[in-house]
Amino acid sequence: MSDLLKVPTMEEYMAQGKQPEILFWVGSAGSFDDRAKKITKAFVKILNTANVDFAVLGTEESSTGDIAKRAGNEFLFQMQAVTNIEILNAYEVKKIVTCDPHSFNCLKNEYPELGGQYEVIHHTQFINDLIASGRLKVDGDLYKGKKITFHDPCYLGRANNEYDAPRNVLKETKADIVEMKRHKRTALCCGAGGAQMFKEPEKGDMDVNVLRTEDALETKPNIIATGCPYCNTMMTDGVKAKEKENDVQVLDIAELIANAQGL
Amino acid sequence: MQYLPNIIFAIALILGFGYFAKNVKKLIRNIKLGQDVDVSDNKSERFKNMARIALGQSKMVRRPVSGFLHVIVYVGFIIINIEVLEIIIDGLFGTHRIFSSLGATYGFLIGFFEILAVLVFVSVTIFWIRRNVIKVARFWKSEMTSWPKNDGNFILYFEMVLMTLFLVMNATDVHFQAMNSGNVISQFIAPLFNGLPETTLHFIERGAWWLHILGILVFLNYLYFSKHLHILLAFPNTYYGKIKPKGQFNNLEAVTKEVKMMMDPNADPFAAPEEGADDEEPAKFGASDVQDLNWVQLLSAYTCTECGRCTSACPANLTGKKLSPRKIMMDTRDRLEEVGKNIDANNGEFKDDGKQLLGDYITNEELWACTTCNACVEECPVSIDPLSIILEMRRYLVMEQSAAPTELNNMMTNIENNGAPWPYNQMDRLNWTKE
Repeated sequence: MSDLLKVPTMEEYMAQGKQPEILFWVGSAGSFDDRAKKITKAFVKILNTANVDFAVLGTEESSTGDIAKRAGNEFLFQMQAVTNIEILNAYEVKKIVTCDPHSFNCLKNEYPELGGQYEVIHHTQFINDLIASGRLKVDGDLYKGKKITFHDPCYLGRANNEYDAPRNVLKETKADIVEMKRHKRTALCCGAGGAQMFKEPEKGDMDVNVLRTEDALETKPNIIATGCPYCNTMMTDGVKAKEKENDVQVLDIAELIANAQGL
Repeated sequence: MQYLPNIIFAIALILGFGYFAKNVKKLIRNIKLGQDVDVSDNKSERFKNMARIALGQSKMVRRPVSGFLHVIVYVGFIIINIEVLEIIIDGLFGTHRIFSSLGATYGFLIGFFEILAVLVFVSVTIFWIRRNVIKVARFWKSEMTSWPKNDGNFILYFEMVLMTLFLVMNATDVHFQAMNSGNVISQFIAPLFNGLPETTLHFIERGAWWLHILGILVFLNYLYFSKHLHILLAFPNTYYGKIKPKGQFNNLEAVTKEVKMMMDPNADPFAAPEEGADDEEPAKFGASDVQDLNWVQLLSAYTCTECGRCTSACPANLTGKKLSPRKIMMDTRDRLEEVGKNIDANNGEFKDDGKQLLGDYITNEELWACTTCNACVEECPVSIDPLSIILEMRRYLVMEQSAAPTELNNMMTNIENNGAPWPYNQMDRLNWTKE
């Protein structure tokens, strides 16, 4: 167990004069949010199982500033970005993986103009690559015959045109993948983006996450799969609002793979 | 006197095109009120986008019913307008169906036009039914009352009338019917006029001919005042539209400069400003009015044809919030028009009218309801990016007015102090490994 949760830091790597294959960007949600921490751990288990040589920044990591940028605070965003880039560049980081599509988008698309050039990969893409290259084998039958519907995160899907990697990974669980009527580029937002996660919604008829959960429940799934810690929270709350928490689970793709492998 | 019709025709043409040209100049002037933005990159990709999205209607057909009907109207309208060339030559030189000397080719062309005219008429009628009888929800949102609603219907009536006139003109043209080539549709309309004396027929034919060309000129000039401008502006707008990943929001250079200075350990905070720096107005962050937006965003406002696909996919709008991406574009155009008229009335100078886009047109409530999910951008069939305008206005609210919702201010204070949106210490970032 503890071996599976081994999390080296960049600092330790540097002390040994080594460079890891990849930096795992944990993100603020992944570090502090109780639900998201489970996703982080599941992904770490996968990394260790596949013998991926990775490290985290740990206490040297700070918010990407993504949320500040979407809220309109370009100053705060750039201050965060410049600080993070200084550290990333000092460690000569080349490749980053993260479980958060918002960090993914921000690091991949918005850091280069401020001096941070990295290859940035979302964890669903990374897991997909691990499977494709044979480094990770998914052979558990835990989810065989279960119905899973995948909720596309806006910042992975529409924002960066990645629709296939998470679906390819899901197929490995041998579950039945069912699509919601709004999926891929027409997928409905969970309601958390654009800094909405941190404020009360404006007045309206209903909450976005409830509407999106209704989309998902229409497919009569056993599991709603997500690829974003914020979506996960929103969908979990939506399932509770619909009083379906005993019938439907909300799980990140990393968790599904880790569970399927009995990690 | 013999040349009177030719002269009247020439005058109508000059007036029609002259007034249109005048308004196009105004349109360009207004668009140029926007900030400069470099869109000179990736020319081949931009051309491809224009060819695919505007010319090829690739995003229209994502909604198959309206997309298919739109393609018919679009193709029909462009092709039938080849006929206008003949009308102009006939009108100016007093000839009659100058191209009929082409013989069978002419018959084939006119026959093809007639079929298209019927298809356009039918499609436009279905559009009208969708708007007014079936009442497709996106045409009945709160911003679609008064002028926007009427505008949509006027365009459809225009097209119905123009297509009818074209067919009537052919049906009552005795020579054309006698040729019996190309009158595929009009031969069935001709019997309606059976029994009328030839002079009356000629009179109807001339009437239809004149109304047809005058109608086209009026329609051309209607464009500037209408959402129908998209038939022209869809092309530049898809060319200049965003080519970066949708999730990539633009970098504010003005902020980068200041941040670099703040982070530079060698920078002297008390240094005297550089020579000439005094004259520079401090950069305004974000947008509170149309002049703060860039010209591509203003072009987009004129391009928007208010189809509402954006709004019908917007999670905020779907859940009853006030935000409607279409309204953001309509407001931007309305305010830009108002600014333009202000400039016209004040000898080319904008005089402060105590109004602005933010507050007088677009409210904070709308701006804060956006989830930045890009559904509106994905939907737009002509590459409009309403989200970019929302972001610029949020930037103004936050950086110029410190007017973010309290919870967001708390979140941002947390990021500033602890490097996370929650009040957790950065030194605890690795605690999850020990839990």
